[in-house]
Amino acid sequence: MTEPFDSDVVIIGAGPVGLFAVFQLGMLGLKAHVIDTLDQAGGQCAELYPEKPIFDIPGLPSVTGQGLVDNLLEQIRPFEPQFHFSQMVEQIIPLPDGRFRLTTDAGPSFNAKAVIIAAGGGSFQPKKPTYPGIDGYEGTSVFYAVRQRERFRGKKVLIVGGGDSALDWALNLQPIAERVTLMHRRDVFRAAPHSVAGMRALVASGDMDLALGQITTLHGDGRTLTGVTAQRGDLTTFHVEADMLLPFFGLIVKFGPVADWGLTLREHHIVVDTERFETSTPGIHAIGDINWYPGKLKLILSGFHESALAAQAIAARIRPGGVPKFEHSTSSSLLQEKLRALDRE
Amino acid sequence: MPKITFVEASGERHTVDAPVGSTVMETALRNNIPGIDAECGGACSCATCHVYVDPDWSEAVGGPSPMEEDMLDFAFDIRPTSRLSCQIKITEALDGLVVETPERQG
Repeated sequence: MTEPFDSDVVIIGAGPVGLFAVFQLGMLGLKAHVIDTLDQAGGQCAELYPEKPIFDIPGLPSVTGQGLVDNLLEQIRPFEPQFHFSQMVEQIIPLPDGRFRLTTDAGPSFNAKAVIIAAGGGSFQPKKPTYPGIDGYEGTSVFYAVRQRERFRGKKVLIVGGGDSALDWALNLQPIAERVTLMHRRDVFRAAPHSVAGMRALVASGDMDLALGQITTLHGDGRTLTGVTAQRGDLTTFHVEADMLLPFFGLIVKFGPVADWGLTLREHHIVVDTERFETSTPGIHAIGDINWYPGKLKLILSGFHESALAAQAIAARIRPGGVPKFEHSTSSSLLQEKLRALDRE
Repeated sequence: MPKITFVEASGERHTVDAPVGSTVMETALRNNIPGIDAECGGACSCATCHVYVDPDWSEAVGGPSPMEEDMLDFAFDIRPTSRLSCQIKITEALDGLVVETPERQG
């Protein structure tokens, strides 16, 4: 096992509130690592509504989800946050020295003096098909994301779905796979028109197979896939040979492992106090949409406020010398110094 | 008040009151019907409230809108009478409606 990352604070969730927590911690001289299940920063803002305008951010009459995320990334850049994407925190274990050990499903572990959970509605997880026995094939033959493209070289790859992920990966893996078959339940695709046109051209030239139907049965030894049986709309069945299966049925927000961390919950929210935004475990704080307290409003605005107070509480607990004298950002010598350093780069 | 019968994949039947104006999904949640997750709360954006409308009722209920048809791409084991139950509004005409719930929503 590789050495754990050491950090003052680990922030779980790279949505707007998690990102702004980097700023608030940074102003108090604390460093943060940020972990997210998605492959980019921004959480729901970037994943669900990057193009939609948001009207209730103070000082920004209208900003898109992606615009807000881009601004926040620029704003926190002086504090050099370290991002760890495409992984989900599975465990938070208290260590004898008062720190916490966090482990993720991608392997890395983290030691942190404090934890901020800014996980919104939970984690985005791929929707898993209900094909009988699919669990046994996961990780060897069935994948819900492509993390290592080379794994698919020379393989018979079956991709299921009709959206951008399915089409993009069908096109991307076609040159290196032995054969790519795209399966979808109907001959209508939601993906971008140019991807659909690309797919149609490859099918027409005989370089890709398109199968219209739905998988009913997986074939193999329970771990290594050899093929699938699928059913057409008219209930006739057909067989597709495949070593690799990539089902793309979208993402779903699941509360996920948060439920197992021993924190006091209230209907899929983490109960916190309104001074420190601390959970029932001292040193673990929760901010943004995932927390609950009397009067809670699920506003980005509220999450920003919560991040400031959580950062103060964390500094008081873990920072040698406690909370530094309060400084306004306009006159903060620490921030000025960091911004000058960025300018010199 | 109209009544709806939910039939689980196992065959177990639940007949419940369904207020006019609410949706089949809301009725399922209110009565803790197994097999309906409705993760997104009725925004037609998760496809976890998938049901099969009984063939005798499919004409009265009607088919999915284009947006709902797109969302059905995210559900599993789609059949000709598949619908998302958050998009079926209850009317007096649907008194007696029978829908089947899938074993799992995914």
